[in-house]
This record gives sequence, structure tokens and C-alpha cells, in this order.
Amino acid sequence: MKPQGFEYHAPQSVKEAVELLGELGPDAKILAGGQSLIPLLNLRLAAPEHLIDIGRIGELRERRRENGTLRLGAATRHAELLSEPEIGDGCPLLPLAARYIGHPQIRTRGTMGGSLSHADPSAELPAVAVALDATMVIRSVRGERRVPAGDFFVSFLSTGLAEDELLVAIEFPVTGPRAGSAFGEVAARAGDFAMAGAAAVVRVGEDDRVTDARVVCTSVGDKPVRVPAAEEALRGRTADDAVLAEVEAAVAGQLDPGPQLKVSAGYKRRTAAVLARRAVRQSWRIASERTA
Amino acid sequence: MSTLVKARIEVNGTVREVEIEPRTLLADVLREKCSSKGTHIGCEHGVCGACTVLLDGEPVRSCLTLAVQADGRSVETVESLAEPDGSLNELQSAFHRHHGLQCGYCTPGILMSLTALFRTAGSPSEGEIRDFLQGHICRCTGYQQMIEAALEVSEHAESEHAEAEPAGTEHAGTGQ
Repeated sequence: MKPQGFEYHAPQSVKEAVELLGELGPDAKILAGGQSLIPLLNLRLAAPEHLIDIGRIGELRERRRENGTLRLGAATRHAELLSEPEIGDGCPLLPLAARYIGHPQIRTRGTMGGSLSHADPSAELPAVAVALDATMVIRSVRGERRVPAGDFFVSFLSTGLAEDELLVAIEFPVTGPRAGSAFGEVAARAGDFAMAGAAAVVRVGEDDRVTDARVVCTSVGDKPVRVPAAEEALRGRTADDAVLAEVEAAVAGQLDPGPQLKVSAGYKRRTAAVLARRAVRQSWRIASERTA
Repeated sequence: MSTLVKARIEVNGTVREVEIEPRTLLADVLREKCSSKGTHIGCEHGVCGACTVLLDGEPVRSCLTLAVQADGRSVETVESLAEPDGSLNELQSAFHRHHGLQCGYCTPGILMSLTALFRTAGSPSEGEIRDFLQGHICRCTGYQQMIEAALEVSEHAESEHAEAEPAGTEHAGTGQ
């Protein structure tokens, strides 16, 4: 089908965009890369009166690394996560996960801010943002506020963004030495929505014992699911087989997914647990080898 | 009805100025306003890949791109591939030889994706070819013949590259 009619706005600056949002609020949708929104428009599952196209705002494409932080504008495209070495140098988890996002022909248009704001529970980047402890930089006519990724995702397709707010940038702490990260996902076919996925970030001390870990699963709940028991099981230890078994058991024990088209709840839980175990093992291995 | 907007899009080297409803998809502008019916519309929600075109050289779904988003940018469609004399180009000929299509509905999108891949990767590996084909659905061929066709073009590109730079020459900057 074709989209229902709407009024089109193409602001040239963030200031102009948030003024429009402030004015139009609930009747407007933000158009970024359009790879989630345009299917919804074509299927007429969404029919906003106004579309605010932020695709021509240069400041949303910023990319900066300073003081241990990688700051990416919300309009950074998935393809750039794979093609820009500066991004992978700062946060290797971003390109590791980006190859699972849709297809190459989707990644050329889809944006990081779009994926995070859309908050599809099976998406990769929300879990990655939580695993990396990213900070969302949000703007409206009322000013700017910053929200940790862990508090940003509320529920199925729902975030802490108010109707007049725009996600303008995401700040990622640079992963750094003695730290490793990994991502895994299972889908029916390459590029399909995930049936289960897991991201891990692990930091180790001089003795290769884990000082800090994050384990986050995707497509097993209404938002990214962090597993504190798995993180706790790792602390102060090396990721040997016994510890990895504890990680897997902790994930399986905490997750409570619902069944999804094609897959049962049990399949999702078991698969996420195995993916989390593998991601932790890989992260720990990288962390203990990255001595620089 | 929503206010009409103007878009200036370069299609296969020719600048087209169109006045459209903002809701108009790029795929529909190409087909209805630019006589570019080679761009096929399949699922119309980004899954099948039949409508893939190049936007500023990158493969995109023209059903998931509003025409106004292409304002001021350049689009290449399957019609741009043939040689100046109208004969099939190397990739198209390889598809023909290897029986890389049957009904042909998905073919324009696949050719455009592979065209982008060949431009960036030069002589892509089978893995890279498969990675680009994963974004396309073909219900006839089973994909294998397309992979064979693309691999033949890739191997040809590699041997031409080797001839241009005789054996023993250092490949500066390849990092290999």
C-alpha cells in the first residue's frame, strides 16, 4: 500500500526541528532514515498528520571522540558503524552488532537515533546502548537533558522521550584497554528480526579477573534485558567453564520471554542464555588479550 | 490532500523536476514520472529488495524512501546498466549466461545491489556476494546461479587487476 497523506517538514537545524515538534507534538512523527517508519506508513499502521524529516540536519551527523567518550549524532547510519574505523576503534561492539541490523540495503538508510527511538524489542542497538552504558542526549524547546540508556527504554516501542523531544546524539564511553565486547544473535534468516540476541562487555584487572561486566539480552522481553545475576557471577573471577555455566544459568533463570511467531518462549530463553555465554566468553578473551 | 512539494532528482544522469505529494515513494516517482519501469515493486515494505536502486551510489530500498528525501540527489536504476549500444553489460551478460533469473521480477534490484558491491569491493568474495544477496528474495532460482554469475564477474575483475599490475609489484596500501 501507499502512505496516507501528511504535511512534510524539512527543518535545517535541530533548533528548527524541536520548535516544530513543540508546536505539532502528538500529531507529528520524526522521519530519520525511514527504515522502520516508512514500512509502518506503507502498511498504514501509522498515519501521522505531519512528518518532520531530520535527514537534512548536518549537526545530527556529528562524530567526535574526546576525553574517553565517543559521541555520535543521532543520524549516524548503521552502514557507518561498519565503515568508519573511528567508531569501531572507540567501541568495537558497535560494528560487531551492526552487521546483524537488517540488510546492507537497509543499513545505508537506517540510523542509530531512529533505531533507539523506535525501540523495537528485537532490535540490536538498544541492547548495545545499555551494554555500553551509553547516554542519550535529548533536546526540546524546554532545553537539553541526558538519560542513561538503562533508563531510556520503557516498553514495547516506547521510550522516555516526551512528545516534544528529539534524540540528538548518543555518547558512548570508549571501551578501552583490558576490556572486550561481543554480540550474538539468532534469526530465522540473515537480516530477519532476531529471535534472541545477547551483548556483553567485560573489563578485567591485571590478573585477568573480571572487574566489571554487563550482560544484556535482546528480543526476549519488551525492552533490552540486563542480567545482574550473570554480571555478579563474573565479578572477581576469570571466565572459565564453571563461571560461564553460571552465567548461562543466570540468564536462563532470569529471562521470561513470551512466545513469538515461529519460536516458543523456551527456545528464546535457552538461545539467549547460550548466546550470552558465548558473548561473555569472547568478551573476556578479548579483554584479557588487550593489554595495551 | 497534503500540500504538493517539488523535488529535483537526477535519474540515470538526467535531472528530473517533479511536483508530488510528500507521501509519494521514490519507487513510484521512478516508475510513474520518469518512465523507469525497470524498478519493480514487490512487497512495498522493505523486505523483498525488488525495488532496490542506487541513491548517491548506495543501494537503498526505493519503497522505503520518500521521493522528497531524494531531492537534490542522484538515483541510478537498472536502466542505467546497459552499454551505450544497448547491449547487456558484463554483470547482466553473466546473469544471462548462468541463468541467474527466471521470471525476472527480482532481478533489477539484485543487479543494482551487486553493482554497488562491485564498485566498492572491486572483486568481492563469495561471502561478500552472499551478504549483499541476503537482502533480496528470489522465488525462482534458488540464488546459486546468481552467485555463480557474480563470482565469474568478480574473478574476471581480479584477473584484469592482476594484468594491470604485473606479478611481483608491491600492492601499496592494501594492508595485505
